[in-house]
Amino acid sequence: MSMGLLRLLRGKKASAPVARERLQILLAHERGMRGQPDLLGVLREEILAVVSKHVMLDPTKVIVRLERGDEVSTLEVDIEVPNDFERKKVAVA
Amino acid sequence: MSKVLVVTSGKGGVGKTTTTAALGAALAQRGDKVVVVDFDVGLRNLDLVMGAERRVVFDLINVVQGVAKLPQALIRDKRLENLWLLPASQTRDKDALTEEGVGKVIAELRSRFDWVICDSPAGIERGASMAMRFADEAVIVTNPEVSSVRDSDRIIGMLDSKTVRAEKGERVEKHILITRYDPSRAARGEMLTIDDILEILATPLLGIIPESQDVLKASNVGTPVTLSNADGAPARAYMDAAKRLCGENVTMHVPAERRGLMDRLLRRRAA
Repeated sequence: MSMGLLRLLRGKKASAPVARERLQILLAHERGMRGQPDLLGVLREEILAVVSKHVMLDPTKVIVRLERGDEVSTLEVDIEVPNDFERKKVAVA
Repeated sequence: MSKVLVVTSGKGGVGKTTTTAALGAALAQRGDKVVVVDFDVGLRNLDLVMGAERRVVFDLINVVQGVAKLPQALIRDKRLENLWLLPASQTRDKDALTEEGVGKVIAELRSRFDWVICDSPAGIERGASMAMRFADEAVIVTNPEVSSVRDSDRIIGMLDSKTVRAEKGERVEKHILITRYDPSRAARGEMLTIDDILEILATPLLGIIPESQDVLKASNVGTPVTLSNADGAPARAYMDAAKRLCGENVTMHVPAERRGLMDRLLRRRAA
């Protein structure tokens, strides 16, 4: 019996087509990234370097998140800055 | 003709060791001289699946480090006289697998055997990359399931870039072997289809091994599945895969649901 007919009879949605689509999208992306430097890692390092030129910060308090959408992706960088950072910077200078 | 074949997958638990034992035995049953080599340093299991766990004296690392000579470490199968095993070490030191040392062992094995079948550990670390490093051909064991297919894709990428052949501009001949295929789940649309997997991975199919009790029973008793129940569906699928590896043209059978009329009626009522 064909897959479609069986599904119709049971009134259930097959999950295999969902798996197939998710894989195709993911692998298209991963194949593109192969051999490339770790973009997220590089961005994190460089952003940290720029910010720490002006602000004292704790590298463990920096969180980088990436959300991949169909049309656009967002890169979110969350840096926790201590409230007294300006004073510290002045003190150093 | 001597061929180095790696059995790999990326993901663990998909059936690499079962496949290594079954293909090794199948090729030996056809008359070729075969050695199966366990690269899973620290977590060896090929000896157990082959039923040779009580006969291990030396291992691959001993040979790589020159502690033992190759003939001392090779274990001859008790059922098939042209099937041999080179076990992995239980030592946890994976760094003992140097490229130079492994290369020498593989070269020596090539001169003695028709087939050198390397059972790769899971993952993409040193053991896995050493297992594939000198391969001419690769069998990528894949389950019809998203994480397995994703990892297979990653491994295909490594086979195309990190092997000696790839670095020389040659190609490693790659084959997909689908294991644990469940026809009834496929019919219900719960499992990736064979066509989905082949399209996504863009690699030719070597065979389809149905999910079966035979496989578990075979490893329980330490006998390759092609020997323990030669008439069973998995054994026949592995024998066909071995024929294809030897260049024979064998019609591919997609395992179908086999249910009697009564069974089908009862199942329909119950559903």
